[in-house]
Amino acid sequence: MDECRFFEAQHLGFAYPGGPLVVRDVSLTAAPGRMTAVIGSNGSGKSTLIRMLAGLLKPRSGKILLGGIPFDAWEPRLRAREIAYVPQSTTTVFPFEVTDLVLSGRTPHTQRFRFESAHDREKALAALDAAGAAHLAGRSFTSLSGGERQMVILARALAQEPRLLLLDEPSSSLDLKHRAALIRTLVRLRKATDLSTIMITHDLQLTAAFDQVVAMRCGETVASGTPDEVLRDGVLRDIYSDPDVHAQRVGNQTLVWINL
Amino acid sequence: MKARVVRALAILTLVLVVSVGVGLAVGSQRIDPAGLFADSFSRTLFFRLRLPRVLLGLVIGSSLAVTGGALQALFRNPLADPYVLGVSGGGALGASIAIALGWSARVAGVPLVFAASFAGAMLAVSLVRTIARTGAVVLPGALLLSGVAVNLIAAAGVLTIEYLTDPSSALRILRWLTGSLDIVGLAPIGRMLWILAPAWLALLALSRQLNLLAIDEDTAATLGVNVRRCEAVVHTLCALIVGVTVSAGGAIGFVGLIVPHAVRMMFGEDLRIVLPGSLLLGAAFLILADALARTVLPSGELPVGAVTGLMGGPVFLWLLHRRQQFAAM
Repeated sequence: MDECRFFEAQHLGFAYPGGPLVVRDVSLTAAPGRMTAVIGSNGSGKSTLIRMLAGLLKPRSGKILLGGIPFDAWEPRLRAREIAYVPQSTTTVFPFEVTDLVLSGRTPHTQRFRFESAHDREKALAALDAAGAAHLAGRSFTSLSGGERQMVILARALAQEPRLLLLDEPSSSLDLKHRAALIRTLVRLRKATDLSTIMITHDLQLTAAFDQVVAMRCGETVASGTPDEVLRDGVLRDIYSDPDVHAQRVGNQTLVWINL
Repeated sequence: MKARVVRALAILTLVLVVSVGVGLAVGSQRIDPAGLFADSFSRTLFFRLRLPRVLLGLVIGSSLAVTGGALQALFRNPLADPYVLGVSGGGALGASIAIALGWSARVAGVPLVFAASFAGAMLAVSLVRTIARTGAVVLPGALLLSGVAVNLIAAAGVLTIEYLTDPSSALRILRWLTGSLDIVGLAPIGRMLWILAPAWLALLALSRQLNLLAIDEDTAATLGVNVRRCEAVVHTLCALIVGVTVSAGGAIGFVGLIVPHAVRMMFGEDLRIVLPGSLLLGAAFLILADALARTVLPSGELPVGAVTGLMGGPVFLWLLHRRQQFAAM
């Protein structure tokens, strides 16, 4: 197996029952330590795509290979050791304690009828720390704000110690400081553990830290490349169907804005 | 975690032991412990009536409470309970149909009434779930409303059947619809335990998966839980447990609502404590409720379902009030 393509999605297509195709012929690979951002307007199929990659939706066409083995052939528990998923938002009905919630990320690594060990607890606390949420440890999840919840859910995903982390607009409810902290955490984990990331985002500035940007429109990939290659006037105007979008280099980042 | 579980279960076991003591001690007839060995009337009273009644309370209380805890987690709805969701009603209807048709036979030791009651409970839980689920979410309001409707249909069904078979059987109808622990002898309890004990254990074995499902369905799926399969197994186990208990004690309400919440308040949200804790506390609760039902009136006794209903109804309303999001849906 080619280690550089341990995760490979080929020609994915998806339609909700009775509806039109919302994802059409999208291919994507993830290599160790590689960070991929998926951008696109609302309704362009990004969330559907990432839910397929997370195994939550079955593709109508195409296939997903993990370590060269078809997704369906993986035992769910073993697959959960490889891939973690951070949804757009999480609300729980029951007031679970933050630490317990993060500890639940250890489930794929613990034996079925055993309790989590002290080792698992350490991992959970370290993950909470890495996500910048150590101060939330004793709180109940239901008492947290949207942004705080997002940090805790990220911590749970990190406690899972995946090789591939899928994030669906994790930054939308985070303030400026925590958005930066999130990206720095991902960059640090890439260095430390070769973590591979696929993240959906509407915040184009954040994509500067990524190796690859995939742009989607109407369920299809319309551009793919380094942030410099994708964040260009022409490409962006096409994605957002708006002639007033502008992109400009400022220092080593690209700023994108729209004339109001 | 392990220490937390052991401590919680030790405390609740103690509570259960005390309630069994209370349940055995009180009643319309005082039984002198010393007389148990000397006096055959006391002995008969104790072993044929008092002890079976307390044990039936234990078995049914455990069953209803543990299914309540499991259903709450599965549906992510703190107001779920076998009675509220119409599962008990479905079971009662199934059982009364079987009795009306005269199916008193047993197949391989299992009374056909159990099977009919299980079928009714299974039908109810599937119906309620199908109606409440739209796409990937189970709507909490729709879940409770469809439970109410299933309950009303089942109650009307029981009423019709009892009326058709014997117009003077008002008492039997009451037994089905509110529940009672009146029982003679220990044999029926043995037949129940044969099915219930394995079902309890199976449910406890699923408590970690239920923990993840109680957080969020997508979470559970990405952490390696086979959500559909787990859901189907929990449905079946709950319908089985409720079916068997209802065919012996009728549809006793709200035990599955009150008890898991009490355990949560005392020991936190982890289902690995809530489920076994509910088994223990549910037994204690129903034994005490029945002790109250037997002694509260100067003469005669109340059906235990009236006591749990009078206690559980207000708890339900309080929970509903506290969880504004449910009132809104």
